[in-house]
Amino acid sequence: MSETIPSGDNTLLRETVSSREIGRVERFLGPENYRIVTGLLKTPASVMGFVLITFFALIALAAPVIAPPVNPNEPYKIPRDGFRAEPQPMGSQWKTKAPPLPFWWKPVMGTDKWEHILGTSQGQYDVFYGIIWGTRTAFRTGLIVTISTFLIGIIIGSVSAYYGGIVDNIIMRIVDVFLTLPFILAALILATILTPRIGKSLYPAIIALVSFGWMGYARIIRGDILSIKERDYVMAARVIGVKDSRILFRHIIPNAIFPTLVLASLAVGDVVLSFAGLSFLGIGTEVGYADWGQVLSFARNWITSLDTYWYIIVWPGLALVLYVMGFNLVGDALRDVLDPRMRGKS
Amino acid sequence: MVEGVIKKYKLDRPLYEQYWTWLVGTVDVGSGERHGGILFGDFGYSRTGSQPVAELIKNRFPNTLDLTIWAVAPVILVGIWLGVQAAVHQNTIIDQAGRIFSIVGTSFPTFVFGLLMLMFFYVKLGWFPPGRMSDWASVIVRTNEFHSYTTLLTIDALLNGRFDIFLDALRHMFMPILTLSYISWATFLRVTRSSMLETLRMEYVVTARAKGLTEHDVIFKHAQPNAMISVVTLAGFSVVSLLGGVVITETVFNYPGIGQAAASAAAQLDVITVLGFALFNGFILIVSNLVVDVLYAVVDPRVRLS
Repeated sequence: MSETIPSGDNTLLRETVSSREIGRVERFLGPENYRIVTGLLKTPASVMGFVLITFFALIALAAPVIAPPVNPNEPYKIPRDGFRAEPQPMGSQWKTKAPPLPFWWKPVMGTDKWEHILGTSQGQYDVFYGIIWGTRTAFRTGLIVTISTFLIGIIIGSVSAYYGGIVDNIIMRIVDVFLTLPFILAALILATILTPRIGKSLYPAIIALVSFGWMGYARIIRGDILSIKERDYVMAARVIGVKDSRILFRHIIPNAIFPTLVLASLAVGDVVLSFAGLSFLGIGTEVGYADWGQVLSFARNWITSLDTYWYIIVWPGLALVLYVMGFNLVGDALRDVLDPRMRGKS
Repeated sequence: MVEGVIKKYKLDRPLYEQYWTWLVGTVDVGSGERHGGILFGDFGYSRTGSQPVAELIKNRFPNTLDLTIWAVAPVILVGIWLGVQAAVHQNTIIDQAGRIFSIVGTSFPTFVFGLLMLMFFYVKLGWFPPGRMSDWASVIVRTNEFHSYTTLLTIDALLNGRFDIFLDALRHMFMPILTLSYISWATFLRVTRSSMLETLRMEYVVTARAKGLTEHDVIFKHAQPNAMISVVTLAGFSVVSLLGGVVITETVFNYPGIGQAAASAAAQLDVITVLGFALFNGFILIVSNLVVDVLYAVVDPRVRLS
């Protein structure tokens, strides 16, 4: 296709239409998505959020180096130092079965005696180890739940929007029914029912959170698809006889998915919050599994002496709050960027 | 024995028949008595509560309702006030402080916040105890002189003229109320702020300013009532989520409401009890949605006219 170049003097035209360089990234993402990305990178709050997320991601990746497991086959089992109930204060020595010393220990701490840096919790579970490996659990559960809910939401939402009419109506009413259930209670119930059937592990809680977490994505992608399916290129594809599924997956979804994708990536924080709530209530993993909610739940038995044993809630609690805050900071900035009234402003 | 149980609960029958039995129960041919049937209010026997589920709900729900009633006012009023302040002072230090406040609020897990409060207000300072009431109060409440009019402890205490018991109950509810409030304020702040910002851009607000009204009148008489329309939905939802969200709060503060009972039932895999609470929760949800719809008409004259 050749462009018709207007003949004659077009300096006036060139001056009115401001031109700027369009970079490779912008070309790849498209103008609207590019605006979302740059908007996020310009807000100080969201940059701080990205820093927090990166920090936790590094901890999760380096967990075997920061806190080497006693038994490499079961790294998520928090090592115990004896079986006494009383939590031990920060800095107390390992007495039995100390895990191997990490490489950073001697240069940083100046001794070659393993200590409980952040103390031990009820039953002598090492708090530091629980927090470090709990970061991995947080990312694992967060990612599994987010990706699954995202996929389910995308499929249901796009089918609903693409076919419209009665299909759309039925699916959206089902979505409404799911939305009326109180999230934590519904998840709690499902996880309770599942636990005796599939055993104590991360999965009852994960399945429960997925089952009641997909509706938001379905609604958002539905709205975006409803506007995109009226575009000319979709009409063109339909005219030349492309199959429904191919139109949906090749032409519509790739163009509609970006806002939902960004929202989903930020839901990881909320998922971890709900997951911690469930494991605090005793739903989920075995006692002693490296999971922040699990570590925190020990504190329930020591409420009257929390002023002495403050470290069994403050440290794991801080990890959880900062982790979730990282995602929320980015999410808050995103809400401003996605606000339709902001569109067109830089 | 096993066969008797299978027969009794019709476990050898097809699924739809079992479901029907669960719904309406079975009628004993000899005595004409009905056994089971959730439609007739029989939710089964709670293993963890050691009493029928319906009894358990009847005993526990007034406590939760009492807590919710006292929590609703601070949650909604303070939440809206914060949102209005943030919107009126948009992009100033007040707005930024509100933003940080709400981000921290949404990031705080209820139970961590609750445990920190226990550590500070209960263990360190000894101001506010957990639980429902002090021992001396529960002794008085159990006597015959203390009449139970509404089953809501705070209101009963006032009706009996026992102001000391009323204060004691409030003292025990302080921490759960503050926890529930802080978590909800963040959401209220955000919704009120954006709704208020939108309203402040309307032309009638400009008109109000142009005709020389004071800033106070412009904001509280012209803008705020209109900004409240979207907040009402949220308020309705928040009552529901307060009733559902008390699960963790009640557990942390050892407050004997339905949330705590549901949580301990769930932790011990007592499906029957949990199911009973779920159905009850659904009932509450429908009722409060109805209330929200009616409230809409009160707040928004356009809904009333059409």
